[in-house]
Amino acid sequence: MVNEYVRQNIYFILFRIATFLSVAVLLFILLYILKEGIGVIDTKFLTSMWSHREITEGGIFPAIIGTIFLAIGVSIISIPFGICTAIYLNEYAKENLLTRTIKLAIRNLAGVPSIVYGIFGLSFFVFFLKLGGSLIAASLTLGCMTLPWIITASEESLKAVPHSFREGSFALGATKWQTIRKNVLPHSFGGMLTGSILGISRAMGETAPIIMVGATFFMGYLPSSPFDKFMALPYHLFILATQHSSPYAREYALGTSLVLIALIFMLNSGVFILRYKLRKKKEW
Amino acid sequence: MQEEIKIEFKDTNFWYNSKQILVDINLKIYSNKITALIGPSGCGKSTLIRCINRMNNLIPISKIGGKISYNNEDIYEKNTDVIELRKKIGMVFQKPNPFPMSIFDNVAYGLRIQNMRDKNKVKQIVKESLEKANLWDEVKDRLNLSAFRLSGGQQQRLCIARALAIDPDIILLDEPCSALDPLATAKIESLLKKLKNERTIIIVTHNMHQARRISDYTCYLLNGKVIEYSGTAEMFDNPKNKLTKDYINGEFG
Amino acid sequence: MPNYRNIKEKFIELFLSTASITALLILIGIFVFLFITGIKTFTQISPAEFFLSNEWNPTAYGEPRWGILSLIIGTLMVTFGSLVIAILLGLASAVYLSEIARPKIREIIKPVIEMIAGIPSVVLGLIGILFLSPLIAKIFGLSNGLNALTSSIIVGIMVLPTIISISEDVLTSLPHEFREASLALGATKWQMIRMTLLPAALSGILAAIMLGLCRAVGETMAVLMVAGNSRAMPTSFFDPIRPMTANIAIEIKEVVKGSLHYEALFAIGLILFIMTFVVNFISDIIIEKQVRKYKW
Repeated sequence: MVNEYVRQNIYFILFRIATFLSVAVLLFILLYILKEGIGVIDTKFLTSMWSHREITEGGIFPAIIGTIFLAIGVSIISIPFGICTAIYLNEYAKENLLTRTIKLAIRNLAGVPSIVYGIFGLSFFVFFLKLGGSLIAASLTLGCMTLPWIITASEESLKAVPHSFREGSFALGATKWQTIRKNVLPHSFGGMLTGSILGISRAMGETAPIIMVGATFFMGYLPSSPFDKFMALPYHLFILATQHSSPYAREYALGTSLVLIALIFMLNSGVFILRYKLRKKKEW
Repeated sequence: MQEEIKIEFKDTNFWYNSKQILVDINLKIYSNKITALIGPSGCGKSTLIRCINRMNNLIPISKIGGKISYNNEDIYEKNTDVIELRKKIGMVFQKPNPFPMSIFDNVAYGLRIQNMRDKNKVKQIVKESLEKANLWDEVKDRLNLSAFRLSGGQQQRLCIARALAIDPDIILLDEPCSALDPLATAKIESLLKKLKNERTIIIVTHNMHQARRISDYTCYLLNGKVIEYSGTAEMFDNPKNKLTKDYINGEFG
Repeated sequence: MPNYRNIKEKFIELFLSTASITALLILIGIFVFLFITGIKTFTQISPAEFFLSNEWNPTAYGEPRWGILSLIIGTLMVTFGSLVIAILLGLASAVYLSEIARPKIREIIKPVIEMIAGIPSVVLGLIGILFLSPLIAKIFGLSNGLNALTSSIIVGIMVLPTIISISEDVLTSLPHEFREASLALGATKWQMIRMTLLPAALSGILAAIMLGLCRAVGETMAVLMVAGNSRAMPTSFFDPIRPMTANIAIEIKEVVKGSLHYEALFAIGLILFIMTFVVNFISDIIIEKQVRKYKW
């Protein structure tokens, strides 16, 4: 029996180490980026246009704007579709072949490699629909990729509303849509929104889907229409890290990473706070 | 004196999946009376009343056979408007299920889904409903408070008020007092006795003494079949069927 | 009045169901577009050369070569390597979080690990280039650290949160009765975990691994940055590799639309799509089995 205890202790110590290693990896990444990237961050870096010849003369402002525009575009495209799909699947859909197929499709879409979304976007949005490499082509491409995440998050939110609320409403003679609108949506909307925002923040960090559908490394002006090309933080950082010849490229890549992570972190924290507030309001 | 028939079950059968829950139900429910459905767990009492307001429609794998008529009209006919039907029948559930809204909004819900816009009328009906449910005095100063702040017994009376607000012809109650203490139960029982004058009440109950206290007619169900149905006093003092006698005497259940 | 209401309800339902079909249409659309472009490859290149030859040199002056075998091997190496790392670390962490850690610690660590999932792959790739590869090069005495090993570590980190999250969920949702019965018989905690919980959770954990596999196969950017990008057939984990995803990403900007090279890249994309589709399908079946067994 003593043997068993010794065995247990050894294994448990190993498990502890494994867990803290996993945590340490995250902390290391964040601290590394913070330490190495902070040096280059200043107002010029954040607010100036990109200077092509001598990068220290410019900043990554257009990349920040491009990423934000892209996030807005993706939101407009994927959030309405995502929420409607979640409502349909959770409140209306009957158990039949079509429903099962749609659910299967959603799960599969979540697993498709990001580069495959990229070449799909290229052949469909850029060439077939003749949208060209543009903000709108990229938003549509990235929107397709984000859709399954938003659907899943919204479905969770709807499932969390107790069935007894719906029953009480039906028993009073409410129609299905009345029940959903008055008794289900008000309590799940917050969750759907926070889930969607998390999905969008993931989309903001994606590079592969946008490489060939409109992202560029250098533009002398800010995108002013959806049909313009655009700069984006992840793509910018990628080129700086792998293909740029300036001796400052490394620093600038780290600085860009820091800005990207900070943006994502801000969105995530916002969601975290929103969720906390919503949970406090919840009465059941 | 011939009693008026409000609801009639004719050779009604009900299946859930492939399991038969109700078997050849033939039953007449009389107007302005309290009818109690008693029987052991799983005998089909809840399923029976859910057939009346077609709440069983919400379960996709159910099947019904035979006829159920309400005011002499078949309610399972193809053209029946289920929404309108439910507006005439109120339901109170076993576990109180107020909406996560204020007390006022809970009672007003049924009116709002019928697009009643006159705010004064809504206020008036809410007040009357809460009065009829014997809850007004306890909540009149805090109508805006969340319904969840009320005690279990108060929540259940709120659910009754909510059902009363749409002025239903029939009220179905599915073991409404099973989650409540004796004091709260007594309050609801006296309330039901008052209500039957204007409506027909059907109450499913596990508690024979309750059935005895408040109902005019009692129906004993076992394994989905009607074993005995008669006036309450008659059923309890002089049960005709041995099975009924066994149940009443606590031989099983 | 009722008729108007019914029409409105039907319309809303129709509207919502149409929105839902979009997801299905997108999946079909991806397959269709990959297929119609990719399949044209085989009108000019034999499948035998495509799949079995290990020289990929589409831009060679003279005789271009179209064998993707080394690319497939590259993908398989990174997938295997990253899964080994992610499963070892991930399962251990999942067991720790679910059965050993105090609830307060669990509450803190779980979201922290989730955050790794939120780090963009380019950023991980950057850390790979700037920190990890020089480190690997130093430790193993290589000229640079851009190889299959570094890729496996980076992708392993990315897959880790998936494995931990799902495995931990599976373990925590096992019925309480299992634990009580086991301990009541005098088992130690580890015996209970090893002999009761892990076997019961096996299907769920397998599903988690499948999803991680999907992620590993599809990872593009991080692997692109640290894999070394050599088209030669790798002989060990210290060799540079070029997984299929990285290959598409590198070459897509240089191809001419409609050229054979363009079509070949789509064919590679099609293969990737089919791979992830199959893995997803298998993991669905596994999850359904688990759900039916324990209703979680």
